[in-house]
Amino acid sequence: MSDYLDELEAEAIYILREVAGQFDRPALLFSGGKDSICLVHLALKAFRPGKFPFPLVHIDTGHNFQEALDFRDRLVAETGEHLIVRKVEDTIAKNRLQDARGKFPSRNALQTNTLLETIEEFEFDACIGGARRDEEKARAKERVFSVRDEFGQWDPKLQRPELWSIYNGKIHKGENVRVFPISNWTELDVWNYIQRENIQLPEIYFTHERECVLTENGQLMANNAFLNLDESDVSVTRKVRYRTVGDMTCTAAVESEAFTVEDIIAEIRNAKISERGATRMDDRISEAAMEDRKKGGYF
Amino acid sequence: MDLLRFFTAGNVDDGKSTLIGRLLYDSESISTDVIETLTRQSKSTGENAAIDLALLTDGLRAEREQGITIDVAYKYFSTQNRKFIIADTPGHTQYTRNMFTGASTAQLAIILVDARNGITDQTKRHSIISAVLGIPKVLVCINKMDLVSYSEERFNEIVSDYRFFAKLIGLKTVDFIPASALNGDNVVHASSNLSWYKGLPLLSYLETVDVNRTDGFNEARFQVQYVIRPQTEALHDYRGYAGNILSGSFQTGDEVTILPSGLTSKISAIESGLKEVASARKNQPVVLHLKDDLDISRGNTIVLSSALPVTDKTVEATICWMDNQEFQPGHKLLLQQSSFRTKAAIREIYSKIDIHSFQDLESNGELKLNELAKVRIQLAEAISYDVFEKQIQTGAFILINENTNNTVAAGVIR
Ligand SMILES: Nc1nc2c(ncn2[C@@H]2O[C@H](COP(=O)(O)OP(=O)(O)O)[C@@H](O)[C@H]2O)c(=O)[nH]1
Repeated sequence: MSDYLDELEAEAIYILREVAGQFDRPALLFSGGKDSICLVHLALKAFRPGKFPFPLVHIDTGHNFQEALDFRDRLVAETGEHLIVRKVEDTIAKNRLQDARGKFPSRNALQTNTLLETIEEFEFDACIGGARRDEEKARAKERVFSVRDEFGQWDPKLQRPELWSIYNGKIHKGENVRVFPISNWTELDVWNYIQRENIQLPEIYFTHERECVLTENGQLMANNAFLNLDESDVSVTRKVRYRTVGDMTCTAAVESEAFTVEDIIAEIRNAKISERGATRMDDRISEAAMEDRKKGGYF
Repeated sequence: MDLLRFFTAGNVDDGKSTLIGRLLYDSESISTDVIETLTRQSKSTGENAAIDLALLTDGLRAEREQGITIDVAYKYFSTQNRKFIIADTPGHTQYTRNMFTGASTAQLAIILVDARNGITDQTKRHSIISAVLGIPKVLVCINKMDLVSYSEERFNEIVSDYRFFAKLIGLKTVDFIPASALNGDNVVHASSNLSWYKGLPLLSYLETVDVNRTDGFNEARFQVQYVIRPQTEALHDYRGYAGNILSGSFQTGDEVTILPSGLTSKISAIESGLKEVASARKNQPVVLHLKDDLDISRGNTIVLSSALPVTDKTVEATICWMDNQEFQPGHKLLLQQSSFRTKAAIREIYSKIDIHSFQDLESNGELKLNELAKVRIQLAEAISYDVFEKQIQTGAFILINENTNNTVAAGVIR
């Protein structure tokens, strides 16, 4: 095989088709970020002219970038695929949960509740996600087919051996499998693929002027209605873009002049800060933050 | 740019984590925030070194606490010339199955040897796993050369010991590199300490090594993963067989045989990447269309009629037992080869393979975690296969316990 992107693409399509072949009620978890947009592109290649054998599922934190929501709706309209949206707000109301607090109230933990409820509601037996092993150390150890128990928990010590490209998706009722078709891609691979395939993305991935506040660790957060700011916070207007698109309360922007995918690739090649390090406040809390969240059912 | 997948193996403390850390660090593949975190961690674990390179690869908390690698961790880096995927595998005997997992997708094995200790039982075990899995190339990295005064003599001694053993177990292509991962000698940069060594430093070696299998098995093999049937008005008769080409190539007009049924047809069209193409080759995801409307489903194999694989209800295989619970003759098993699945039973255990000498040992009918054995497996439905030595995708399989759903063994067809 000539090019490594062909090889990564072939692997991802193979995995998507294995999901279609092995599960009764799969779903594709669609966050609106570039990784899940790539998954949709790969699914088109895997299943067209047929329809996707799964719905797109968006777990909506309520703290979205409007640009990402608009993009999501356009993508759904263009592909004609089925979209299911479940809101964290509804989970909070229904279960009388305490909403996130603090200056940057992250609904990351609450999002796991909604995800698990949604899995139960639709009896999903497989959830496809866009996580990559290069994002974080705990992810580096996760299988492509990652079995979760009834509580959505990942047990890193009891992972099934996963050999060659043979994927064992057999589970008991109530369990489900998280499937990561682009496990072996790096951030740069994703961008190279976006460039090669001319995949459209929400505007916020490219440089734009935005009013931000500077956090204590020097990160730039878009000034928005979900933050609980006080007088000490100073607003600054900067040319920024996003490297990941998540919750507006915990996804930071990076200063950038990158207008095009080519610019972004050049920027990443030179970048000295890793993707999660640059933009996620949630992983900084402890070294094992991601491992703990995954054990608890997070993606 | 192409892709090289390799795995690393060695005894605990041979310096595997340090070596990988060094490779990533000196090739500038690590970002500053990760280095910051590591510096913090190195301090909190009381290491004297400014930064403990091993912490780069030991990901899970339990591993950090116990200071050992218990599962495969995947690492990625690239240079101008190649993208690399490293499967960092644990060395202990009790994690042989994890090593199998990491090694199964590798094109190259890096086996680490401590220059002071030379070849150990573990080295032999890792080499045997590489041999069983048919890894195209093995690189023996003789590390900690600083602790043997960078001695050429010591290096040559280990090389000749290893060559002797490699011959015994049938490893064909082996290369050797001396290094000091701790000091960075000969990892990314050549070193004056090892001026007698005329070969490439490790990274340059990895960038240029050719891992293509030379035996040239080229028969066309395809397996159906999923049948695409839109059943819309416009595409009423559309019926496409989706899957990756496992080996060889297919063209429109080719005469094909569907297995296990043995029915024949012709390829009427091939789609790849949403376009119609005239031909497609190994590793390409495609949708095949046939001239005739046949009953074909997931797991069926499609091949050129001119070169059929073996189709049989029994297979002779070498397996590695991977379940904590030992083999129970009464347990119901499934065999899965790519997308093909059928009920299976281990009918005979001929012998166990001694993982340190590669000798056949008499079987007592038991199969325990991490043991290798030669077996005969009986299947409910016929499988179409090529022997593993020739073709990985059609020659490899896993066994699944129907009761627990666990993957209990990995096997290669002999
Ligand atoms: N002197 C010397 N020590 C080394 C070298 N490579 C690794 N070490 C040390 O050997 C110990 C074990 O290394 P580590 O990378 O954790 O081994 P692993 O268990 O194989 O991953 C650590 O204290 C390293 O600093 C080397 O080339 N020379």
